Amino acid sequence: MTSRLPRTKGGFNFDNHVRNTMMEGKGLCLPKATKTGTTIVGLIYKDGLVLGADTRATAGPIVADKNCEKIHYLAPNMYCCGAGTAADTEMTTALISSQLELHRLSTGRQARVVTAMTLLKQMLFKYQGHIGAALILGGVDLNGPHLYTIYPHGSTDKLPYVTMGSGSLAAMSVFESRFKADMEREEAITLVKDAIEAGIFNDLGSGSNVDVVVISKDNVEVLRNYAKPNERGIKEASYKYPRGATQVLKTSIRDLVDIKETVQATTTEAMDIS
Amino acid sequence: MNSIYQAAIDHPVSVPIEHRFDPYVDNGGTLLSIAGEDFCVVAADTRQSEGYSINSRYVPKSVKLSDKTVISMGGCYADCLTLTKRIQQSMEWYHHAHGKTMSTAAVAQMLSIMLYQKRFFPFYSWCILGGLDEEGKGAVYTYDPVGSYERESCRCAGSASSLIQPFLDNQIMFKNQETLKKNLPLDHVLRITKDSFTSATERDIYTGDYLEIFVITKNGVEIQKMDLKKD
Amino acid sequence: MEYNGGAVVAMVGKNCVAIACDKRLGVQAMTISTEFKKTFQVTPKTYIGLPGLATDVQTLAEKFRFKVNMYKLKEEREIEPRTLAHLVSSTLYERRWGPWFVEPVVAGLDKENRPFICSTDLIGCINFAKDFVVSGTTSNQLYGMCESLWEPDLEPEDLFETISQALMNAVDRDCLSGWGAEVTIITPDKIITRTLKSRQD
Repeated sequence: MTSRLPRTKGGFNFDNHVRNTMMEGKGLCLPKATKTGTTIVGLIYKDGLVLGADTRATAGPIVADKNCEKIHYLAPNMYCCGAGTAADTEMTTALISSQLELHRLSTGRQARVVTAMTLLKQMLFKYQGHIGAALILGGVDLNGPHLYTIYPHGSTDKLPYVTMGSGSLAAMSVFESRFKADMEREEAITLVKDAIEAGIFNDLGSGSNVDVVVISKDNVEVLRNYAKPNERGIKEASYKYPRGATQVLKTSIRDLVDIKETVQATTTEAMDIS
Repeated sequence: MNSIYQAAIDHPVSVPIEHRFDPYVDNGGTLLSIAGEDFCVVAADTRQSEGYSINSRYVPKSVKLSDKTVISMGGCYADCLTLTKRIQQSMEWYHHAHGKTMSTAAVAQMLSIMLYQKRFFPFYSWCILGGLDEEGKGAVYTYDPVGSYERESCRCAGSASSLIQPFLDNQIMFKNQETLKKNLPLDHVLRITKDSFTSATERDIYTGDYLEIFVITKNGVEIQKMDLKKD
Repeated sequence: MEYNGGAVVAMVGKNCVAIACDKRLGVQAMTISTEFKKTFQVTPKTYIGLPGLATDVQTLAEKFRFKVNMYKLKEEREIEPRTLAHLVSSTLYERRWGPWFVEPVVAGLDKENRPFICSTDLIGCINFAKDFVVSGTTSNQLYGMCESLWEPDLEPEDLFETISQALMNAVDRDCLSGWGAEVTIITPDKIITRTLKSRQD
């Protein structure tokens, strides 16, 4: 069927670019994109690996989201923490996740962590750092646990314990003083939690709660809001207004009606076919 | 910066290397003051920050100048410190010369002059002066960095000022409300102050750690402290 | 954002949601119109708020109307607010390097009449909030107001008072927004739209 509608083509659209540069040239400032600020960490323990992240998203000095999710799903055996421009980390991991799913369906095998890492780094390198995604990729495959960091320009590292984001120094100081090879599960989770909390309390770009994901050979645990060290206290007063406090000029009310359709089968005389 | 150095390498004679010195830094933080019928509340958080780091969790922004006057300052901490010292020194000289403590109105006028004296190399400071006037009524004086000042009934300044000020307009001055204006009692004002800061702490990364509230009444100045979130 | 000004806020109440916008259209400091609404009805129980550059507000409102109509024709059902949020997100991210200057807000009730609100930044990063979302040049002031005023489980009429007061007091401290406001409350059985009396400066 031929369609008169514009066909959606994949990829980015640069139509507005000329106009926007012109407007910027005239001194108009671009609205700030949401950044994650972020402390994200990962470490390898005895049976697998643990990923951790804080949950604050910022727009400049203002907290845009107090409880966002920074540990993204990539594949059943892989998760990816994202720092940097929030939209970029979200969209990049979603895109690679879909490619991995297709890869899994076409090969009939579990995807390997190196595959995900290569897909991510090739994509980021292609965009020469303009996609502002700094990632920690963790997963367990047939070759065991793997932990990678991927920088916005497409370079990668493979290490037993890693941190990224604006709180990476605070978190790394905890890892450097307490990391041991082949830790037990509980010990590893506590260390990740403490590293994230170091970022939450000492880095202004990070805050709120701790998210943890534990991946082992044949088990994945998503511990959303594993620790909540920053619950808001009860307010001193309620600021509910008396009804009618606001002056109204005009009101229009539209009632929504449920339209129910009932189809009744009626018996008609059979056609005469004699 | 890099491009300047690169230019200097490419054209060694035509472009001089600039060495710039920026004497100002923003140390964040929020302060507010509310005047009541016979009291004045001056409150400020105690976080001092620079960029994404916290320098200290407890650096008070408010200073008691006399039994009737409290000054609170935010902005560049070094400037605030110097300005506070200058005010205190002038107040002491005034005391020696005239044998009495400066009134709140007099301190207010003096501070304006002190700020304007440095019109072309200003103190980077947002000042709010709170206290009791000659009649014992609550007074709030607010300043811009170069000394323009005004007496108001409530004001918030600093990094979360845009978050708190509309809330004060609404709850203290009853803006946009049909309700009749009334003078609020001290306990009510304190509740609004605390809620303003807990709310601002949720959304402004530069506000947090502790809240220090100065309550100025005819009996003198009382200081209250409260925890804020530390993230 | 700063060129035309504007503010949008959405809040969750008890089995209802509210979305409100100011009505100013300006060219920097000069006010051009005071009848420029920034919220649009997308489905019977879903609204979208588009504060930002006016030309993009109108272009995108039409673009979303087209996309939502196409969705309805293909799927033979109304689009869910959550689906709309993702549609908005990918539409914006497609222009990652030449963005539309808008920060959309989606508010509505889903097919089980559960409240849903969210906002996105100009390149489509979704912020799913359970309490309130704000957007536009007045966002700081709105954050302060909502953070103090909002409380859970407000009835539609109480939610109306809270969102109205939050918006009006916030825009009074922003010189690029204001000049009238419009509030829409979406409940399972009716939609209430009110024009507010506000300062005209």
